[in-house]
Amino acid sequence: MGMAADSEFHVLAVDDSIIDRKLIERLLKTSSYQVTTVDSGSKALEFLGLHEDDRIHQNTPSVSPNNHQWRLQEVEVNLVITDYCMPGMTGYDLLKKIKESSSLKNIPVVIMSSENVPSRISRCLEEGAEEFFLKPVRLSDLSKLRPHMLKTKSKDHCKEQVDEKTAFPSPKQEGKEEQQQSNNNKRKAMEEGVSPERTRPRPNGITSVV
Amino acid sequence: MDRNRLQHQVACMRRSLFDQGYLDEPFIQLEELQDDANPNFVQEIVTLFYTDSARLIQNIEHALNSRPIDFDKLDDYMHQFKGSSSSIGAKKVTNECTVFREYCSAENAEGCIRSFQQVKQEYAILRRKLEVYLQMVRQAAVSRTA
Repeated sequence: MGMAADSEFHVLAVDDSIIDRKLIERLLKTSSYQVTTVDSGSKALEFLGLHEDDRIHQNTPSVSPNNHQWRLQEVEVNLVITDYCMPGMTGYDLLKKIKESSSLKNIPVVIMSSENVPSRISRCLEEGAEEFFLKPVRLSDLSKLRPHMLKTKSKDHCKEQVDEKTAFPSPKQEGKEEQQQSNNNKRKAMEEGVSPERTRPRPNGITSVV
Repeated sequence: MDRNRLQHQVACMRRSLFDQGYLDEPFIQLEELQDDANPNFVQEIVTLFYTDSARLIQNIEHALNSRPIDFDKLDDYMHQFKGSSSSIGAKKVTNECTVFREYCSAENAEGCIRSFQQVKQEYAILRRKLEVYLQMVRQAAVSRTA
């Protein structure tokens, strides 16, 4: 049984191989993480709320909600783990887009690859990937994920503590809250230049978007 | 047949699959990921592997029969096939895929056609053995101790 804290962590796994998707999902769930799997980089970005033109859609999402419920909810992703070799958008392209996004750049990204190419590995690490796993990924590899997720989670925790301690919020305190808010990895409508009311529907705890 | 004997047979067959190089470490991980909450995990993954492999084999056949041969496409299909066989620990199949990809990068059509026969052969052998093995595992699971 994993620690209760771990089930608060939500991992987005990206892989075009159905076998590897099923495998990574099982590995992550065994490590007590919540998991969403998608089969492409573009679907990953849609899930994260990012589009080609970097705006959050106000309309129905283009990813068809086949057999899952969509509801209005902000989805927090604590880590993205992606395959490197994928048709269309590679894992590296996805990594770049995430790191270039003001709202997503703090989400830790891990790359997986079946090929041990040193230049590939260093390129990914230089672009901001936290880890590079060689496939087949082992359960023991996943133990390296928690510290990266804890780092971002603790910033949220700090924010909560500030809220608790603040009975009579002073202007100074509110300023501090805003600063910490901008540090967490939730998508910020404000930063995207859209109205604060998020009306974009989000998937409801589904494990697979294919 | 009584459970102990069946379990013994299962253990023997399993050991020989590893000793003879048909299966490798990743398969052990599949087994470890199977538990009471996911009692059919190994079978599910293996079944996915069969379906996925059938698709890829068909695509590769088609690509090999096309003129001119698109080696990039071939390599892409084989990369996928190698990936999934490696993920489940299908050692011999994975090795044959590697040989194929070498001929592919050399754009050696003859070599590709020959080594693809090897890939298909190893895949067929593994599939047969896995089907027998997993059926034995199921039988042992439902049998009773004499």
